Amino acid sequence: MSTVALGASRIGYETKTYFRSIDTLFFTFLFPFVMLAIFSAAFSAQGEVGPPGAEISIAAYYLPGMIAAGILLSGVQNLAVDIALEKSNGTLKRLGGTPLSPVGYFLGKIGQVFVTGTLQAALLILAGWLVLGIELPTEPEKWFTFAWVFVLGLVTCALVGIALSAVPRSGKSATAVVIPIVLLLQFISGVYLQWNMLPSWLQDIASLFPLKWIAQGMRYVFLPEGWEVLEQNESWNLTGVAIALGIWLVVGLVISRITFRWIRRDA
Amino acid sequence: MTTNETAVRVRELRKQYGQKTAVDGVSFDISPGETFALLGPNGAGKSTTIEILEGYRSRTGGEVSVLGIDPAKGGLGWKARLGIVLQTTGETGLVTVAEQLKHFAGFYPNPRDVDEVIAAVGLEAQAKTRIAKLSGGQQRRVDVALGIIGRPELLFLDEPTTGFDPEARRRFWEVIRGLKAEGTTILLTTHYLDEAAQLADRAGVIAAGRLVDLGGIDEIGGAAARVPLVRWRDAGGVLHEERTHEPGRVVAAVVASSGGEPDGLEVIRPSLEDIYLQLVRSVEGAAEPEEVLA
Repeated sequence: MSTVALGASRIGYETKTYFRSIDTLFFTFLFPFVMLAIFSAAFSAQGEVGPPGAEISIAAYYLPGMIAAGILLSGVQNLAVDIALEKSNGTLKRLGGTPLSPVGYFLGKIGQVFVTGTLQAALLILAGWLVLGIELPTEPEKWFTFAWVFVLGLVTCALVGIALSAVPRSGKSATAVVIPIVLLLQFISGVYLQWNMLPSWLQDIASLFPLKWIAQGMRYVFLPEGWEVLEQNESWNLTGVAIALGIWLVVGLVISRITFRWIRRDA
Repeated sequence: MTTNETAVRVRELRKQYGQKTAVDGVSFDISPGETFALLGPNGAGKSTTIEILEGYRSRTGGEVSVLGIDPAKGGLGWKARLGIVLQTTGETGLVTVAEQLKHFAGFYPNPRDVDEVIAAVGLEAQAKTRIAKLSGGQQRRVDVALGIIGRPELLFLDEPTTGFDPEARRRFWEVIRGLKAEGTTILLTTHYLDEAAQLADRAGVIAAGRLVDLGGIDEIGGAAARVPLVRWRDAGGVLHEERTHEPGRVVAAVVASSGGEPDGLEVIRPSLEDIYLQLVRSVEGAAEPEEVLA
């Protein structure tokens, strides 16, 4: 089988097991939906929020953050836990004894992240539009920006997830290692808490990690003109988004390349 | 020359974990089409040896060639010629038996037919069942099926029938005999000596990291260990044992001298298990205590 056909077969297999796992289905796929629903309901009493002349509903404010969170969960949380688990339960050892190449294996993982992440973002946007009545952007330029931030963010998060999977020493500790990191990032990167309400030192710390930049790109796409005054330096800084994600992509790729083994190396 | 004549060639293989020597100068050959059993107690170095041959572990010293390739440098083309059934598996099993086999068949250039393999391991009724829902013995049969789906030239079976009921074990033996008939070379480790006696052409016995015996399955332990034993009680209730090549003559003599049917008369031909246990005990008794633990 060619690498392409094998990759396609792996993507199908990985996607099937993703949706058959109750844990990933709830904590990775559905989690942003649940959070969007909770935050929209909890803060609905606030009415419209935002700078004068650009007010939107609280649900509309949270939509881009939840899309960004979905990218983080689908990439980092999903793969870091999944691969750490496969390393400890013998899946990787079995695959390592077959002629499947590591490239084929990772094509499957990254492909699965794309299929599930795309479906998740599409359903989030659709639910926001149909159920919560959120107005979607109409300018093609905004959707073009959405596309590149989404793809770059997802690839970066997938690679960071693969790199992070080397950290847990056992499958059992995988969620204990990964979930706090992912959760913390969501709190400081403008996903759960409104970005402009965070102190600037916390914003600076968040700027070291990719989620803040994905969320910023998504806010540019989904929030109306005028909201940029609440960003750092009162600017959407899309160049910064591209650079920060690009750096994390390379970091994730290099660490993944160095650390990946079919089995834990013995003494 | 050796690449054509031996499927597996191991010379003075050594594996050290820190100060601990797990494998200590093991040498053996396996010819193409041969079934070779590696026997030994837990922790003797069987699995370390087999995992070095499979390419999973590095070695500290010695020479190894598997299908003409050094496993430490074996690429994907080499792996496509192997079938590996590992000792333990604990995968999540979210796919069905048929899905898993179909998927793995896609890794190999010339795989076996999925339905035929499912039938060979006797899982037709479970083909559409998720692996997680199968019993331990059935999951083990899936492992075996995955090991043979790629039509391997050389099959590694690391304790393949642990957890099988007697019926399943006999079915498994039939599968292995079928593979042998097709010319598959097989390296088997097992705790069941009857299994080795049933399947293997030759065996090596490992104890405390060393190969203590190597030979045809009917030669292991030497000729003396195979001499039949006659055992009986005399009229006074005293137990007698006599090793003899002529058990019939001894029995006749015992009957004649006791003037009737002797009590508890037995003629015992030592099984492979008896011989093996004797071999391993003699090595472990002589070895340093810490080596026995290793």
